[in-house]
Amino acid sequence: MATLREPVPTFAGTPPFPKAAAAALADRQLRENLRRATTTIRDKRARAVAERDDWEALRLAGAAIKDEVLARLPELLVKLEERVTAAGGAVHWARDAAEANAIVAGIVKDTGATEVVKVKSMATQEIGLNEALAREGIAAWETDLAELIVQLGQDLPSHFLVPAIHRNRSEIRDIFRRRMAAAGRPAPDGLTDEPRALAEAARLHLREKFLRARVAISGANFAIAETGTVIVVESEGNGRMCLTLPETLITVMGIEKLLPRWQDLEVFLQLLPRSSTAERMNPYTSMWTGVTSDDGPQAFHLVLLDNGRSDTLSDPTGRQALRCIKCSACLNVCPVYERTGGAAYGSPYAGPIGAILVPQLRGIARHPVDEQTASLPYASSLCGACFEVCPVRIDIPEVLVHLRGQVVRQRGWRQRTLSQEALLMRSLGLALGEPRRLAAAERLAGLAAGTVARDGWIGRLPLPGLLGAWFRGRDLRAPARMSFRRWWARQRRGTT
Amino acid sequence: MRVALFVTCFNDLLFPEVGRAVVTLLRRLGHEVDFPAGQTCCGQLHFNAGYRDQALSLVRRFTRVFAGFDAVVTPSASCAAMVRTHHALLVREAGDGALEAAVGEVAPRVRELSELLVDDLGLTDVGARFPHPVAFHPTCHSIRLLGIGDRPRRLLEAVDGLTLVDLPGADECCGFGGTFAVKNAGTSVAMGTDKVAAVRASGAAVLTSADTSCLMHLGGLLSRAHAPVRVMHLAEILASR
Ligand code: SF4
Repeated sequence: MATLREPVPTFAGTPPFPKAAAAALADRQLRENLRRATTTIRDKRARAVAERDDWEALRLAGAAIKDEVLARLPELLVKLEERVTAAGGAVHWARDAAEANAIVAGIVKDTGATEVVKVKSMATQEIGLNEALAREGIAAWETDLAELIVQLGQDLPSHFLVPAIHRNRSEIRDIFRRRMAAAGRPAPDGLTDEPRALAEAARLHLREKFLRARVAISGANFAIAETGTVIVVESEGNGRMCLTLPETLITVMGIEKLLPRWQDLEVFLQLLPRSSTAERMNPYTSMWTGVTSDDGPQAFHLVLLDNGRSDTLSDPTGRQALRCIKCSACLNVCPVYERTGGAAYGSPYAGPIGAILVPQLRGIARHPVDEQTASLPYASSLCGACFEVCPVRIDIPEVLVHLRGQVVRQRGWRQRTLSQEALLMRSLGLALGEPRRLAAAERLAGLAAGTVARDGWIGRLPLPGLLGAWFRGRDLRAPARMSFRRWWARQRRGTT
Repeated sequence: MRVALFVTCFNDLLFPEVGRAVVTLLRRLGHEVDFPAGQTCCGQLHFNAGYRDQALSLVRRFTRVFAGFDAVVTPSASCAAMVRTHHALLVREAGDGALEAAVGEVAPRVRELSELLVDDLGLTDVGARFPHPVAFHPTCHSIRLLGIGDRPRRLLEAVDGLTLVDLPGADECCGFGGTFAVKNAGTSVAMGTDKVAAVRASGAAVLTSADTSCLMHLGGLLSRAHAPVRVMHLAEILASR
């Protein structure tokens, strides 16, 4: 059987955001692909949402239902377990990525299979399941078109919904031509970069795998506690294939994906498609409850994944990130993501939601985090475009600022006292703490600026660190010779 | 009506002419403003950068200095937003009941300049004349945090001789973002460069907004590129005649 032999790239070792972003910013092709793709989806979403005059009510309902889930999580999870078990499924609880991977690998091995087909899933990317399975000698084939492109291209996904958003079609044709043969059915001779031809090549390549696979692995968009039903929404039908053809189905689901009642789907099946693909309804909605004899998979395993979610839940401000339904609307409107792409975030959760979710999943509420993680809450200009589009009203800027507070509090002694940023913030704080000190500082700044400024602006200054960073692409406004407060005092005394 | 001017630390030092323009404009409209000398900063920089303790002491000072005024006018949408949306949050977190009550009194009285003019004084035509093509940058905090909508635009449209040019992608962030501008300088400059390209293509001679922070970033890019576009705060245009 064919396997991709070279090591699969991972996010491990991604440098802190500013440095990771620099590589993306320098890549003109990438920036052009991203700009084109994000602006197209952005405009389509805006039109799809504008069709509904009750959109705000839907958002409020979505947020309220998810908050209810978070408040009742233990009880609802137990209920879900009961229902799934009663319907013939098996439920497994995984504290972290390692546990979840071991559970899944164990189930696959018990079936004797050496390969699985996969429905696109954020949770399995989060835990690095494909790599874990590869270590056990099990090949995991992605079947979503974009995921297939990423997998064949030995690339990293850079968007929830369009993981290959950073690739254009001629790049995709090249990847298919070069790599399909190593993974199974080769690309047809003379493959062009016509979207139809590319889709047909993928279809032929994948069909072989669907028909052969005995085990499928999926994520879940929702799971209904009162009925034990699991739901996957998708656009290509590859999910439907995976969810119905193999004998064994394993679903890995974050514990926050629950909904209390069947009826709650009414809200989310409106919010999700319009927010993510700008469709009124997504093409395929698959729902299943345990196993049905002689129809579909005869063994169903549901792996409930914590992996930092309980820690996230412990933070009253930060926990709203768990309302996320991974629609990717916030990525598409984000001016930072548009320029840096997803890889700069160093995890499958890119963009604004990644910047608030990942530090929390990595335990920032409990202990200091590494430098890359700590850089994520700063990867935003706080423009608020994400909050505006989020279908479950996650106030992402609020959480970003909240997490920055945690980063600052958790810094070690050196960084807290001696770093340039800390010194700047302290001296600014000192000056601003007392008007007389501020006036004196302004006086000094004005005098100093007078020696270097031209037409009110200061050109390049070779300063170190944060100060120098300003001058890299911009001039600086020169501090005025006479501050406003001095002018005011003078005109008050009649001496202007 | 007793109106105080909160000029903001940023304008005080870097754009004092904006404060002077507010004073000139309001005097022309028949309103005298006070400038409480104890004022410094709303705490936005520290708050947004994660230095909450320092932000809190600046909130304390702000609330003390501006207590007792009917309105506090400020030529900065993001500082107005900081006071109105975040001061209460910060003091609640600190668990200081007396301060919370004081913030509850003072913060809602803070008005960004266009709100004071349009809502409180009922004006859109302030008698200004400015015969130049102008591009208007709405700023994220104006539209998304403060929600001042089209007030600045209405004021600009009523200015004699002024041509408001179309700015494509106007709602998109310019990339300033406070410490973001230096901590993520590369991305910030990339965003600003796109904005500046749109401004230059618009044919405007002047770029204006309700916030000098965005204007410093964009002005710095324009200055570095020797572009023939000046940045001016809304107040300066409204004070011109
Ligand atoms: S945070 Fe909101 S907008 Fe972003 S992916 Fe999640 S649900 Fe969608």
